[in-house]
Amino acid sequence: MKRGFFLPVVAFAGFLFLYIPIVSLVIFSFNKSKLVTVWGGWSTKWYVELLNDPQILGAAWISLKIGVVSATLATILGTIAAIVLTRFGRVRGRGLLIGMVTAPLVMPEVITGLSLLLLFISMEAMFGWPAGRGILTIIIAHTTFSMAYVAVVVQSRLVDMDDAIEEAASDLGAKPMRVFFDITLPMIAPSLISGWLLSFTLSLDDLVIASFVSGPGASTLPIVIFSKVRLGVTPEINALATLIVVVVAIGISIAWFLMRKKVKT
Amino acid sequence: MTALRATSPWRKTAALLARFGLTGRALVIAVPMLWLLVFFLVPFLVVLKISFADPMLARPPYSPLFADGSIQVTIGNYAYLWEDSLYINAYWSSIKIAFFSTVMALLIGYPMAYYIARSPEPKRSLLLLLIVLPFWTSFLLRVYAWIGILKTKGVLNMVLMKIGLIDQPLIIMQTDVAVYIGIVYTYLPFMILPLYANLVKLDNAMLEASADLGAKPMATFFRITIPLSMPGIVAGSMLVFIPAIGEFVIPALLGGPDTLMIGKVLWTEFFSNRDWPVASAVAIAMLILLVIPIMLLRMAQSKGADT
Amino acid sequence: MAELPLAADAKPWKDSAAVPFIRIKNITKKFGEFSAVDDITLDIYKGELFCLLGGSGCGKSTLLRMLAGLETPTSGTIEIDGQDVADVAAFDRPTNMMFQSYALFPHMTVEKNVIYGLLREGVPKAEAKDRVADMLRLVKLQDFAKRKPHQLSGGQQQRVALARSLIKQPKLLLLDEPLAALDKKLREETQFELIHIQETLGVTFIVVTHDQEEAMTLSTRIGVMKDGKIVQVGEPPQIYEDPNSRYVADFIGSVNMFEGTVDVAVSSTLRIKSPEAGIDLLVEPVEGLKANQNVSVAIRPERITLTRHKPDGAANIVEGGVVEVAYLGNLSVYRVKLASGKILKVTKSNLLHDEEPISWDEKVFLSWSNAAGIVLTT
Repeated sequence: MKRGFFLPVVAFAGFLFLYIPIVSLVIFSFNKSKLVTVWGGWSTKWYVELLNDPQILGAAWISLKIGVVSATLATILGTIAAIVLTRFGRVRGRGLLIGMVTAPLVMPEVITGLSLLLLFISMEAMFGWPAGRGILTIIIAHTTFSMAYVAVVVQSRLVDMDDAIEEAASDLGAKPMRVFFDITLPMIAPSLISGWLLSFTLSLDDLVIASFVSGPGASTLPIVIFSKVRLGVTPEINALATLIVVVVAIGISIAWFLMRKKVKT
Repeated sequence: MTALRATSPWRKTAALLARFGLTGRALVIAVPMLWLLVFFLVPFLVVLKISFADPMLARPPYSPLFADGSIQVTIGNYAYLWEDSLYINAYWSSIKIAFFSTVMALLIGYPMAYYIARSPEPKRSLLLLLIVLPFWTSFLLRVYAWIGILKTKGVLNMVLMKIGLIDQPLIIMQTDVAVYIGIVYTYLPFMILPLYANLVKLDNAMLEASADLGAKPMATFFRITIPLSMPGIVAGSMLVFIPAIGEFVIPALLGGPDTLMIGKVLWTEFFSNRDWPVASAVAIAMLILLVIPIMLLRMAQSKGADT
Repeated sequence: MAELPLAADAKPWKDSAAVPFIRIKNITKKFGEFSAVDDITLDIYKGELFCLLGGSGCGKSTLLRMLAGLETPTSGTIEIDGQDVADVAAFDRPTNMMFQSYALFPHMTVEKNVIYGLLREGVPKAEAKDRVADMLRLVKLQDFAKRKPHQLSGGQQQRVALARSLIKQPKLLLLDEPLAALDKKLREETQFELIHIQETLGVTFIVVTHDQEEAMTLSTRIGVMKDGKIVQVGEPPQIYEDPNSRYVADFIGSVNMFEGTVDVAVSSTLRIKSPEAGIDLLVEPVEGLKANQNVSVAIRPERITLTRHKPDGAANIVEGGVVEVAYLGNLSVYRVKLASGKILKVTKSNLLHDEEPISWDEKVFLSWSNAAGIVLTT
């Protein structure tokens, strides 16, 4: 089939659409003027201001902590769920587990947030735990929806994997735990890493659910950003966005480089 | 062999636990099961329960389900949703905004997915990476970026006025148009990825066969490509439509005070009005709205997996 | 544990005093309502190379997996070397398996793959390494010890899988379609290599295959399976020459099948009326047949002689016209149409090429002796 102009032009416009907002954030983060969109010359003063803003730095630290803990928990729980769904055959409650693993993926955040908050309040009233809302409740909430993503990623890897490889290890005398650590785990390791990174990103990015289940003293980075940008454009936030873009770009480049190297060997 | 079987202390413990139905297997299953039961399923039951309670000035601000030895259920909250035009309007408006955003995302996403799927390697992987990349940066900040572009003195108006296309700035911020742009922008990758996954599997020989049998490119596209990519179209559309329905951040940041969306209404009901039973009823009503799209998504995904 | 290979002429299955090494008794495996394996009883002797032969879905792989302990039988027992293995998990069984997909551990080198089983058994590392080196030499992979599976050819991967499954010197080696993934030429070479290795180590082999030629080449005995049951067990010539059912006759090699009814025994021959053949078929007498019983007569294509002129003295002679000829080099395959419309397949060796070959549309005579026809009742 002859390829016309239409496809490349639309595709190019589409990519522009995806990247213009990011590029404009980066450019305006170096704008001297406080009026953000009025160019006042190059400056890095917003970066200095950002790095001296204790509120943002504190929130970033809280978000990182929540991200690391919830991503780790979600990876463990999600992997177990994926193994149960792909390797345990028709166990009782399998249908229920499938439903509960996939539902969070399509659940509107407002509903997840509301329902978890109402649960935490009810639990506190009934058992006295969790006492109040804060980092712990955010970690639980993020773990719950992230583990669904991990389960999906790991499950697709497990499904692609030849069952016979694990059976071969068992046939050669390895007990189930041994099979898991010798064979299954190394083979699904890449999907665990991407599952962890996905969970970490989801956690760092979440505003809605965290807003519902957080309490005083547990303002995550998105909560702080939201409260600031609601009032309008803030150059400091542009600087923060640029830093995030840089970190992601470096991370992706390293991953890309490692993958290429691995393909070559 | 027999010696191997009986002596290990691990096995003794396992046998002991097995007597109570606690095998290693059962424990492994129990861990994710319990977590999801407690933190996913039970919360819904709580919401369901509260949606049938009366609001009260108390802590917690709703009437108990069990009181005086009987179940206390009121459908007052649902009746209220039905009677107050705000909720009906928010519903309609959410469906409308989600629907048109989905259509726009499909119109932009399909040609992009097609272009990527037909690109040679390694260009294809690179383009795909470019689609996924924005996802790894903050969603909140990317939506925020549009404020700077769309506002009255924003980038877009500056550029358009400079090249003389307009002489009055366009009012886009705080309108539904800005919400459409925000939703299409945010969820475009969710449209493109399933479409791509579907189109990349499309055998080029099939298109050549169609051309060989005398079909013009347009006929091939509408009679072969589109029908075969239907699972991708449905999956992508539902992946835009479903989150768009419950969207809060985009209408809150880009929309105006009269932009009505159900997610925003729920938020306001909960945080500003502190009416938990009504917020819960809104949540349940929203879920009911999503049942059909979620079923469509399931069907499309299982179909896509088969081909 | 030096085991003596089964001497070529030893046939323990013919000796009623011999003790079977593997006893499968009334084994059944159900998946839901479906019986993948249906009440199979089978004895296999030490040092045998036994082939389970059947089409896909006949239950042969399921039976193999139950022997390995990868599936649990719904009912019935399996004994290996006098031990009931019902409660023995796969990792504790004295069996090893070579998988159809090879199932090599992709993240381990050839050496690590092969040594894996020995380390699980608690063999000291130094000893294990020596044994691995010996084994790799046996399968001619000594130069590939440090390679990863994806750096090997299909044939080399196959040999790694074989080495890995043999390293623990299992009492029984189970092979699931061991040669299916190889191309034709390599497959033929490997068949003989497999026999050589089996004879060297004296391990009992059970091979699952859908390839009848492979089964004929490899086995001491073949078990033909259909719908979860074993329909016939026998040595290769027996299965070919003396199939016990239409299914086996048809599955092993190709065959011409006539439907007919038993007439009467004329002195030393049995007469079978067959309108399809257009003549009364004469075969060697078979016991236990009643007059007018419906039977099939199977005749192998190479047992039929094809001539232009009516031959003298043949027990069975029919006339027909050639409708197709396929020249295959060493032989030609003819399809000949009889007056009844029935088409027979006949093979003819191309021994002489000075003779004018029989060609399309020629009128020919087909003849065979009364020993060629096999009477089948089921």
